[in-house]
Amino acid sequence: MPWRLLRFALNKKHPEPRMFTTHDKLKSSYDVVIIGAGGHGLAAAYYLATEHGIKNVCVLEKGYIGGGNTGRNTTIIRSNYLTPEGVKFYDESVNLWQDLSRDFDLNLFYANRGHFTLAHTDSALRTMRWRAEVNKHYGVDSEVVGPEAVKEAAPMIDLSCAGHSPILGALYHAPGSVARHDAVAWGYGRGADQRGVEIHQQTEVLGIDVQGGKVRGVNTSRGYISTNKVLCAVAGSTPRILKMVDLRTPIYIHPLQAMVSEPVKPWLDPILVSGSLHVYISQSARGELVMGASLDPYELHATRSTLDFVEGLTSHMLDMFPFMSNVKVMRQWAGMADMTPDFAPIMGKTPVEGFYLDSGWGTWGFKATPVCGKTMAHTLVNDTPHPLITGFSLDRFSNYALTGEKGAASVGH
Amino acid sequence: MKIMTCPLNGPRPVSEFFYWGEVRPMPNPDTCTDAEWADYVFNRNGAPGVKREWWCHTPSNTWFIAERDTEKDVVLKTYFYQGEA
Ligand SMILES: Cc1cc2nc3c(=O)[nH]c(=O)nc-3n(C[C@H](O)[C@H](O)[C@H](O)COP(=O)(O)OP(=O)(O)OC[C@H]3O[C@@H](n4cnc5c(N)ncnc54)[C@H](O)[C@@H]3O)c2cc1C
Repeated sequence: MPWRLLRFALNKKHPEPRMFTTHDKLKSSYDVVIIGAGGHGLAAAYYLATEHGIKNVCVLEKGYIGGGNTGRNTTIIRSNYLTPEGVKFYDESVNLWQDLSRDFDLNLFYANRGHFTLAHTDSALRTMRWRAEVNKHYGVDSEVVGPEAVKEAAPMIDLSCAGHSPILGALYHAPGSVARHDAVAWGYGRGADQRGVEIHQQTEVLGIDVQGGKVRGVNTSRGYISTNKVLCAVAGSTPRILKMVDLRTPIYIHPLQAMVSEPVKPWLDPILVSGSLHVYISQSARGELVMGASLDPYELHATRSTLDFVEGLTSHMLDMFPFMSNVKVMRQWAGMADMTPDFAPIMGKTPVEGFYLDSGWGTWGFKATPVCGKTMAHTLVNDTPHPLITGFSLDRFSNYALTGEKGAASVGH
Repeated sequence: MKIMTCPLNGPRPVSEFFYWGEVRPMPNPDTCTDAEWADYVFNRNGAPGVKREWWCHTPSNTWFIAERDTEKDVVLKTYFYQGEA
């Protein structure tokens, strides 16, 4: 007998707390204003409160918590990147993920599945050897395996891919995982809320008050707030905010689409990615096949989804798994990906004093949610970039010192 | 399916086209500073709006300009490049 439920139903005052506190009014000033209640913004708020004792913080969200790319991604978590900066950074994130469900007292459905990046050409295999060596050097579990290992892990696969793109091998990354994306935003949000951070949904930032090169406040759809520190964590809306502070960056927006099938019996344990076929796939705990492809081909600041995408993706998917031809597509959607030329993020300080960026997360930033929150909180408090993010600073472009991550991030996310 | 009007071939499915980004003036590499060159090579006007862009109809290799609203996804005009006015 569910006593707790019965007691709750009979109690007129509904003592069970809501997930988040609602605040009627904005205060006139905060120590830190965070724009965007996606995973990144909420994680930064959480670590500001838990690790630095800074609680006079508000998170402003124009829509609802997790309604941006946090709630639209295909939840792949991995650390087998190509650059030393990337590998160290994502590895720290994978470490942080391990304890999150316990820290939040909320089940994130973190599922360790193993991750295969398939190679269909010699040049792809060469990049994978390179990645495996860099990964191992930094202690990340990563190795090149033959086609038989792929077949063993995913017996339903056609290793010849309909005869035109035979699988020559794969980069195997045992720590590769998936997690419930909404829950990550809720966990960080609730944790921050419980410690006094204010989360204001339906509150849009309309302008940023910069005087003499310094942040003084923020104009919102619900009035003015004064503050000396603003963290911009708005993914696909980053260029709109940058316009408010007159900053030029390489960030450009293309939609990234994804789709899920109807639920079917569990048959696919690992996560599979094919850069050549522009396909990645995993099976969710509910049995749905979660699938995605590469970026849409042109700039767009909208989240419409297209038939072209479904047709292109399914035809390549059937090359890999012909038996799926009878499985129905259930939902499709898009998010706005904030892309950078070198496929590495743009994080840290900017030429505007008090304006901090956590951006350029493109198609690969979900896995980085915990480490972004942690390193951005550190950067805001100390006004100097956390050692793990120095390779991601905005001035790397004017210094011609890019952090080339394309070989590991383009379709793999 | 989205339709784009090629100035040479008329309305065609957008999948036949290739997008090459906003029309941007190139600074003179012999006289500009490193910072100006980096700005040209890397930085973009990423905010939404009506933009003049290079597009190519790939089957016929026809390059042309499209004026497009990047927030509404509406192509307003397409025409051949006439040089900078
Ligand atoms: C289809 C798809 C698949 C992906 N797959 C993966 C994957 O498998 N693995 C991976 O690691 N990454 C993946 N990503 C990338 C990942 O989703 C993002 O990088 C990450 O979620 C970004 O989180 P965020 O918190 O920075 O941004 P968001 O979650 O987008 O949050 C930003 C928030 O800011 C709000 N906002 C914007 N403008 C304003 C304003 N003016 N005022 C107030 N609020 C504002 C928005 O409403 C939004 O809620 C994928 C992305 C997409 C679209």
